[in-house]
Amino acid sequence: MKIGGKPVDGWTSIALLLTGGYLFMVVWPLVTVLLASVTNGEGFSLDGFATFFSSRLYYGTLLNSLLVTICVTVLAFVIAFPLAYFMTLFRIPGTRTIQVLILASMMSPPFIGAYSWILMLGNNGLITRWFKDVGLEVPSIYGFTGIVLVLTLQLVPLIFTYLMGAWRTIDVSLLEAAESMGMTGWRRALKVIMPLLLPTILGGSLLVFVRAFADFGTPMLIGQGFRTIPVLIYSSFVGEVSVDRSFAAAVAVIVIAVTLGVFLVQKFIVDRRTFSMTAMRPIEPSPLAGWKGWGVYAYVYGFLVLALAPLVVVVVSSFRNTLYGQFVDGFSFRNYLTAQRDIIRYITNTFSIGLTALVLLVIVAVLVSYLTVRRKGALTGALDTMTMVPYVVPGLIIGIALITAFSQPPLVLTGTFAVMVLALAIRRLPYSVRSTTALMYQFSPSIEEAAVSLGASKFRTLVQVIVPALAPGIVSGAVLSWVTIITELSTTLFLYNTSTQTLSLGIYAQVIRGQLGTAAALSTILLILTMLSLFLLLRLSGGSREIRL
Amino acid sequence: MSYLTVSNAMKRFGPEFMALNGVSVAVERGEFFTLLGPSGCGKTTLLRSIAGFNDLTSGDITLDGANLRIVPPHQRDIGMVFQDYAVFPHLSVFENVAFGLKPRKVPAAEIKTRVTQALDAVRLGAMADRLPAAMSGGQQQRIGLARAMVIKPRLLLMDEPLSNLDAKLRIELREEIRDIQKQVDIATIYVTHDQEEALAISDRICVMNAGRIEQVGTPPEIYGDPQTRFVAEFVGTLNTFAPGAALDAMLSQLGLSLPGATVWTARPERLGLAARGGDTGGAATLEGTIAKFTYLGREAHVQVETPAGLVVVQIANPGMTLTHQPGEQVSVLVPREALMAFGADNIRIGG
Repeated sequence: MKIGGKPVDGWTSIALLLTGGYLFMVVWPLVTVLLASVTNGEGFSLDGFATFFSSRLYYGTLLNSLLVTICVTVLAFVIAFPLAYFMTLFRIPGTRTIQVLILASMMSPPFIGAYSWILMLGNNGLITRWFKDVGLEVPSIYGFTGIVLVLTLQLVPLIFTYLMGAWRTIDVSLLEAAESMGMTGWRRALKVIMPLLLPTILGGSLLVFVRAFADFGTPMLIGQGFRTIPVLIYSSFVGEVSVDRSFAAAVAVIVIAVTLGVFLVQKFIVDRRTFSMTAMRPIEPSPLAGWKGWGVYAYVYGFLVLALAPLVVVVVSSFRNTLYGQFVDGFSFRNYLTAQRDIIRYITNTFSIGLTALVLLVIVAVLVSYLTVRRKGALTGALDTMTMVPYVVPGLIIGIALITAFSQPPLVLTGTFAVMVLALAIRRLPYSVRSTTALMYQFSPSIEEAAVSLGASKFRTLVQVIVPALAPGIVSGAVLSWVTIITELSTTLFLYNTSTQTLSLGIYAQVIRGQLGTAAALSTILLILTMLSLFLLLRLSGGSREIRL
Repeated sequence: MSYLTVSNAMKRFGPEFMALNGVSVAVERGEFFTLLGPSGCGKTTLLRSIAGFNDLTSGDITLDGANLRIVPPHQRDIGMVFQDYAVFPHLSVFENVAFGLKPRKVPAAEIKTRVTQALDAVRLGAMADRLPAAMSGGQQQRIGLARAMVIKPRLLLMDEPLSNLDAKLRIELREEIRDIQKQVDIATIYVTHDQEEALAISDRICVMNAGRIEQVGTPPEIYGDPQTRFVAEFVGTLNTFAPGAALDAMLSQLGLSLPGATVWTARPERLGLAARGGDTGGAATLEGTIAKFTYLGREAHVQVETPAGLVVVQIANPGMTLTHQPGEQVSVLVPREALMAFGADNIRIGG
């Protein structure tokens, strides 16, 4: 319901301002990419698309990407479902710690996973060499296998977290009802639980699909000859293969079309099956005994070891001595000391760029969600839809869009601090707006009216009542955003220069340059930062609240 | 001119729905004025228009002689109590109550005394430093009440403040609201759909239906002398006699004839019950059979099947002896003064 009756007031101006900003900063850059894809120097042309579909070298990457993505999505679900099932139904020693560790492995930057598996199973890897010493040949980690392995391990925790959240809404009486009708065990899991969890499964799977499809760091580091479409976009854009920008734009448009298509299909399926549940009596885990118990423990702990191994390897490697970037025998702090000037620069940039982006992000998210929840209208509806755009646009393409739009007058932002902030904020905005909107919906409008009736202006109401009352949720969301901002790689890959290089960009650059020791040291620092943020998050949310992604 | 006046208020939602369709009320200083009606009747819309949360499509509102519609809601100086309490979850009880004093530039020392007084008035003095989250609904609504009162508003609005509380607490708190309101002497507009609450608490009641006012009057006027059939049916319960020979015979027994009267009604507690052929005490009788007997402790409801339809008779203080069995043959006693007649337009006739 509208508060106040005047057609134009402060909030309307804010809505207009945000819409204008969004059109200029997000929609316009993406439109330039779209235009670039259908033009060449002279005028309208579909040459970019024609080139893409003319050669297996190009369209093969789309097939590769789809293959990887489908494998990862299916595998991640197949691994995560039993994990969530066991963790919910059975009492497993250290449940709380396991959940935190799974969360930690999810939060860690994906390309660190790729890098770490190279350290273990690469040509010169720890395990590879150990096997070589005993005369055995391990299968190569490079290519399809490596990408699927790394991305699956990375994304299982994501869908696992979603599933755990959904499990909490299932009332135990539903399970008892199924049991009373003679359905137990796996039959019950398939016939009763799966359908109840289906919207969540589809939602989580979509997220896995989008992430896997758009991931650039992993295939770039570990893919070698096996090129996925983000790698193609990257290389065609930086001009390794060709300097044809309309070709890169065409590939970008194809990628957006695929993601958007999957998104719409998922939405179509989920919208028809939406129901809401709240559990009066959530499921209590029951103890396990015998070989069944050991099986379950082995599964859970086994996954945990696999998921955490890369992180441990990176941390340990960071203390190993290196010679010309390669690891040699002996341990020391040398990696940290020799690169300390770079390290300090990376950390400073990470904090200054990251925190600025975070502040911008939180303010915009609060304003947008306030407008969409409290001031429903055509304008705010359009704004809400627009903020979702980056959800289906991979980070790499956001970067390309920004560089295309803002590398010529009237506004030149290339290489600036501002463009880094902008890119990171845009990338995270859909997630942030979603979680803030959910908070806003739980907030009774009469609390706001109470403040107004007591004499508080609209602005004072926002600053002194709405924001402080929602603060716990907003801060939790902000910490989560912070983690994704500091681990973001692909969005800023085209936008940085040495004065705006962050930790994650530093790691990427060092790995590419073959400076494995420095990369490991930087990765360790980034991991520590991530873990500290996660610790903060758990403290803030009291360790019990469901963590929104 | 009255303290608060609303004249010819219209509020349209969407192209069709008229939430308020020409409503005019006048509230005096210090008066406890209740808007009573079923959900969707427009009572909350009217209240929110006075608060400024939604503007009228047309019409005038004045407070103390000045146009209120041009004043933005946060400058109207009107206290409001909400159905869902609307306490600020991040502020302590004290800070909640002090919230409205800050924009009014009240000095800190005075804030302290006024908040303490207000909290004492709602019996929350001992809880000033607690956060409201863990407090009961009744306690949260007391915060809401203290918070709205402490700013000494020109008008106090209450939007179904008791409807989320359990029955016992509702009665307790409504007495307190009534007492506090008389003490602070602030004109109050109270919205409720609970007719008993309205009767208990109000100086005057305005019964609303479908965006219009049915009747404005004191509680005894509203209950005892309803001017429309809607008011008679909404406030209290009502027997409506089926038209026909039985009703005509009853009316002629009493020597009653009102031109234009199409509907004859009587409240259950004004009717009596006697054995067949017993003493009627000058009342008309309707012969009937008991269909159902409901014992409720301090009263009992007897449903009697009569030629003029199913009639409910309420017996006060039935005790252990005044019980009846279904199938029993009885006479329903209808005293002349129990009857209320309405015309075809549902307006009261005679009276």
